[in-house]
Amino acid sequence: MVPVSYYLVLSGILFACGVIGFLIKRNIITIFMSIELMLNGVNLAFVAFAAQWQHLSGQVFVFFVMVVAAAEAAVGLAIIIAVFRTRETLNVDQLNLLKL
Amino acid sequence: MLHLVLFLVFGAICVAGAINLLAQTHPISSALSLVVVMASLAVEYLLLGAEFVAVVQVIVYAGAVMVLFVFVIMLLNAGEEERTKGSRVAMILGVPGVLAGGLLVAWALLKRSETGSVALGSLPGYPKTIGNLLFHDFLLPFEVTSILVLIAIMGAVVLANRPEAQNPPAGKEN
Repeated sequence: MVPVSYYLVLSGILFACGVIGFLIKRNIITIFMSIELMLNGVNLAFVAFAAQWQHLSGQVFVFFVMVVAAAEAAVGLAIIIAVFRTRETLNVDQLNLLKL
Repeated sequence: MLHLVLFLVFGAICVAGAINLLAQTHPISSALSLVVVMASLAVEYLLLGAEFVAVVQVIVYAGAVMVLFVFVIMLLNAGEEERTKGSRVAMILGVPGVLAGGLLVAWALLKRSETGSVALGSLPGYPKTIGNLLFHDFLLPFEVTSILVLIAIMGAVVLANRPEAQNPPAGKEN
């Protein structure tokens, strides 16, 4: 028997790591990976709460989060490729115009 | 006891991978440590009984999404990231704030929450039961996500397409 709160703390640690990576990283691809890390932390919280309440809706919701994450990864990486083609850089400090 | 040991071992691997993601400067190293995080998270899902979620986590996240990331890193030939001024401000102000908030949440969860304990594999998420829920109770969200994925595919194709064919001089002035 493991308390559900342990799982929630682990999910919180992963989310905090994702936020910190989002703040301190300067490479746009690594920032993107930090967002994926945050989504993974949220998924663990969903599964933990599903076990807590003995209801499968939490596990089904994980799939929706995964679909959104996959769509986000596809579109986001395409945007990164388009930005890199015009700017020749991946550093977010040099990407200060929305215009391509 | 076995449950607690497995949870602690794979939780430690998970957190170590997440911290390594932050510590590495090369994007490929970060991507590989993210694969470690996702694989050990799949084991955590298995401990909670979410078998199908664990398998999909390995196939979709650690497989497809991370391959996409590694492809883009290699395609763009991304090198080491350079530190600039903006990151120092975030380091001084943002990181302690996030850590303080995280500690507060962890304290509240460990001391004040009324969540119970779970046994090993207490809520088995078999594909059959998940599919029943997905195609009955969650049919509308499921169909909406199919449209979302379709739009994402078209958006990725349009965005990653080379723009020279349609509008050659777009944005070349700066």
